[in-house]
Amino acid sequence: MIPAPFTYQRASSVDEAIDLAAEAGEDAKFLAGGHSLMPLMKLRLAVPDTLVDIGRIGELSYVSERDGHVAIGALATHDEIARSGVLAATVPLLADAAGRIGDPQVRHCGTIGGSLAHADPAADLPAVMLALDATLVARGPSGTREIAAGDFFLGLFETVLAPGELLTEIRIPRPASAGWSFQKFSKRGIDWAIVGVAVQGGNVGLVNMGSTPLRATATERELAAGSGPGDAAVHAAEGTSPSDDLNAPRAYREHLARVLVRRALQEAASRA
Amino acid sequence: MSILGTRVVRTEDPRLLTEGGTYVDDLRVPELAQAARVTFVRSPVAHARITGIDTSAAKEAAGVVAVLTVADMDDLPPPPPDSGLTGTEGAPLPLGGPWSEPLLAVDKVRFVGEPVAIVITDDKYGGEDAAELVSVDYEPLGAVVGFDGALAGESLLFPPAGSNVAVSTGTPSDSAAFDACDVVVERTITNQRLAPVPLEGRAVAARWADGKLTVWVSTQNAQIARFVLAGALGLDPAGIRVVAPDVGGGFGAKVGIDRDALIVGWAAKHTGRALRWAETRSENMLGMTHGRAQRHTVKIGGTRDGRILAYRLEIVQDTGAYPRMGGFLPFLTCLMASGAYDIGHVETAYQVVVTNATPISAYRGAGRPEATAAIERAVDLFAAEIGLDPGEVRRINLVPADKFPFTTPCGATYDTGDYVGALDQVLAGAGYAELRAEQARRRERGDVLQLGIGLSSYVEITAADADGGETARLVVHDDGTATVYTGSSAHGQGHHTAWAMLVEAELGIPMDKVTVIHGDTDLIPAGVGTYASRSLQLGGVAVQKAAVEVKDHARKLAADMLEASEADLELDVGRGVWQVRGDPAASRTWAQVAAHAGDTGLTADVNYTEGKPTFPFGTHLAVTEVDTETGQARLIRHVTVDDAGTVLNPVLAEGQRHGGIAQGVAQALLEEMVYDAEGNPVTGTLVDYAIVTAAELPSFELLSSETPATINPLGAKGIGEAGTIGATPATQNSVVDAVSHLGIRHIEMPLTPARVWAAISEAREGR
Amino acid sequence: MKVTVTVNDGEVAAEVADRTLLVHFLRDVAGLTATNVGCDTSSCGACTVLLDGRSVKSCTVLAAQADGRAVTTVEGLNDGSGELHPVQRAFRAEHGLQCGFCTPGMVMASVSLLAENAAPTEDEVRTALEGNLCRCTGYHNIVRAVLAAASEGQRQ
Repeated sequence: MIPAPFTYQRASSVDEAIDLAAEAGEDAKFLAGGHSLMPLMKLRLAVPDTLVDIGRIGELSYVSERDGHVAIGALATHDEIARSGVLAATVPLLADAAGRIGDPQVRHCGTIGGSLAHADPAADLPAVMLALDATLVARGPSGTREIAAGDFFLGLFETVLAPGELLTEIRIPRPASAGWSFQKFSKRGIDWAIVGVAVQGGNVGLVNMGSTPLRATATERELAAGSGPGDAAVHAAEGTSPSDDLNAPRAYREHLARVLVRRALQEAASRA
Repeated sequence: MSILGTRVVRTEDPRLLTEGGTYVDDLRVPELAQAARVTFVRSPVAHARITGIDTSAAKEAAGVVAVLTVADMDDLPPPPPDSGLTGTEGAPLPLGGPWSEPLLAVDKVRFVGEPVAIVITDDKYGGEDAAELVSVDYEPLGAVVGFDGALAGESLLFPPAGSNVAVSTGTPSDSAAFDACDVVVERTITNQRLAPVPLEGRAVAARWADGKLTVWVSTQNAQIARFVLAGALGLDPAGIRVVAPDVGGGFGAKVGIDRDALIVGWAAKHTGRALRWAETRSENMLGMTHGRAQRHTVKIGGTRDGRILAYRLEIVQDTGAYPRMGGFLPFLTCLMASGAYDIGHVETAYQVVVTNATPISAYRGAGRPEATAAIERAVDLFAAEIGLDPGEVRRINLVPADKFPFTTPCGATYDTGDYVGALDQVLAGAGYAELRAEQARRRERGDVLQLGIGLSSYVEITAADADGGETARLVVHDDGTATVYTGSSAHGQGHHTAWAMLVEAELGIPMDKVTVIHGDTDLIPAGVGTYASRSLQLGGVAVQKAAVEVKDHARKLAADMLEASEADLELDVGRGVWQVRGDPAASRTWAQVAAHAGDTGLTADVNYTEGKPTFPFGTHLAVTEVDTETGQARLIRHVTVDDAGTVLNPVLAEGQRHGGIAQGVAQALLEEMVYDAEGNPVTGTLVDYAIVTAAELPSFELLSSETPATINPLGAKGIGEAGTIGATPATQNSVVDAVSHLGIRHIEMPLTPARVWAAISEAREGR
Repeated sequence: MKVTVTVNDGEVAAEVADRTLLVHFLRDVAGLTATNVGCDTSSCGACTVLLDGRSVKSCTVLAAQADGRAVTTVEGLNDGSGELHPVQRAFRAEHGLQCGFCTPGMVMASVSLLAENAAPTEDEVRTALEGNLCRCTGYHNIVRAVLAAASEGQRQ
């Protein structure tokens, strides 16, 4: 219930955050909305000795239209993203998915940067980033770099971010196709997805079908070759490695992936 | 017009909505100002010998007051001699002898979460840190998991007992009765293990001072808690005060006082330090008793035209690591086995087995939901076998209205009821024919979203321990206000409102001048408390009787004051004034009459023991939509009759029905406590244990029906558990019904998407 | 570290351990015990308060994160005039509470909902409250209470 003791530090700028984390060492973690990290710390599954609170860095909270892409500050909350008029008009897939994360209280606090850096394969936004071909911008002691979403997620709760490196911006190229759909299948509305599907045009991202978010590449190849939703969706589970757990045996997840991909492609087609 | 039977909003609410309730962890009383905090060290393994406990590191940590283990418990009375209970006595008593349960673990642990040591710290936050420093060595033993694991007996929880079967009883099967049936259906059904999850977990504060132990505890029964504390700690009950402050839900799991709270009470006396403990939810999921956990083998037989002739229910009750209730829960299940039906031949049998899991105790319905779930599934299985509408099969077999009181082959005598009336009312209210037509249309079209309609007709036993009675003391003060001291112990039920209504109705003292007090053994030494849906029909009746006694005494006093004969006096209840008939000037107020009572005061003490168990009944109809591509089932309508006799306050009765229905639906669709093969809990937090939220439920459609009880002047039966009992099988039946056209006859609870999908997928492969 | 939070329009300042959760700051430092702790996985919402006007689960927020910001608990809902806030009034009128333990969080979540959506449908209310668990009421009357408060708000 109570986190193990730690030292709290607050950063008022990105540079300060990076410096504080570098000083504190490998056991430091960044605190944004806290809704991925705090639950782990309260169960003592995460025991950082230093928390660098970046939640007050105002310069990291924005949604901006730029030339050819939409830029989102890493500290934009799920609620801000869900309500963004810019995103509703340009990248409705992201606005929709963000609006279905957890519950209102979680959405008021949780940030897109925090969620992506946490890299829970059952989370929704990582798969959405894959479907949107997003670029993630990170800054750390060695400077700034851009990382393609497809290269960002390495494994269960593991990303390419180095210790002391934080996400600053998410860039989403303006979708070429207006067709999009987000299908989230869970037992209750507040639950993590048992399986989720994010479709943007011919891109199909899968939630919780492996230790990282995945692209349904076999389905995408079929679509590119001209197959309709039904035929393409048959291949949805190929190349995936879903787990067996309390909520779903592996075969059921694979079945759900096929059904949800078909539904997502059909819905996307109706919007295209 | 009497206030009884009218909609009255609660007197409890303004405080709860503004300052919030004062639950144990909110107490800021002077006696607890210097209280230290207790944190438990609990077993992380399901079954093991304890080979060593090293508390030295914990003891040296900053802010640690003490670290205590069973080695420190040298000031407890010796355990009682084996009472020789077999568990078949029909009472909720723990089995002693080889099955005895200690306070802190002695040499073995038998469930994950069992308390092994306690750490006492000055502040709350330091407790978890220090508890991590206690080092316990465990030598694992084979874990006993599940009904079959227990019955196999390869590993024994209590080797001296010789088996894991703690209780075994029942009638052998009579094959002749079933051979005489045209159709016999048999099935094994699980009524799964559940966690009660009141929003407030277990919490206790205790202080030993001047030879007296004061315990504040989140309980449904302060007086029973005191009794248990006295026995466990070797104290005279007169030297113990138990106070129940506001209690954040109980549902049967806060009856009396819990093992962990007893440890805190002992530690307060042992250390001389005031102590407080409020468990975390993770502790609660494993440390608070669980409910249900019965496996049923049902056998139902009858004629092809729908008459049920014979029914057999065999139960294996998983009681967890310690048989705290003996055979009481399955005893109640067997008592109510035949449900609302007139069945000529009924057989029951049960065994209670121990497993390396959290001990089982009462949980909303306590044995009766299990009975209803079994027979209502059996009736649907029978109906499916003979191809008759499940509503029709119920109608044919329900006990007719002219047969009450009705004694069942199980030994229960149902007092009053109109079971067919309830069924008809619900079928009409739900628009059954149109629902079936819509179902048929969707089947014809082959829609992905299929419709299921599920029924349950139920009857249940409330105030099963009516002979224990309930107390009420009523005092009218010389300022015209009144105080009710009740033995009942509300934890959300609204008794303060209801008892004030009773006083106003009888005496004309307005509700806002009536204070109701409960849950303090110094103020109310004798009382039973709230469980078994007993409080209105026993505690409320006691309040009414006390009011009548006060009225009789007041009449004498007023006659004396007005120099009139008692026969000429009347109480104007509307104005709350005593007056001489025909002479409005000759009147006295309650304040004046009470003042005239002198030293004895205007008081009545009632212990109402003339009550008997009563049998509320009803019908539930659930409508679910099942996505046949994913297996997801969604409850879209729930229509009920829950007839608990005369309704005192429809607001309170409806609230109880709503809450009960939600818990019943949740069992059918979502909840299950799951353990892995090593006895480790898999659903140990609210992330994995799926409590139903507002988003998974529709608004409910409650229909009114009042068939009074005849045993008490309020005409009241108990409503608290009825909703849960009726809702679970209706919901389960509706999901099975949604996919019955695929040849599916049964799906086990909870009907999660994965389970429903597995049934659909197997059925399709079978073709 | 020193944390200063404006709670219900009054300043509360104290030296607290860095790891102090906001809910414990409110209960033990500010002495406002209406907000309750019901779980340890951010699931139940009993600890819901408003942080700068928006609902948050105070068990999942550090007091340090609320430093310099404004928190509203159920104790701060009515303006001190003795009149119940419309949401409190509606919860009473509709019997939207039984044991009361989830109620402060449920009320604050409802206040936050109505601030963001003044005329929700029943489905929107149910979805908006999915982070607030209640074991007593079955939610039926809670939903009625929120809809009643909304329509009272619409009439004004």
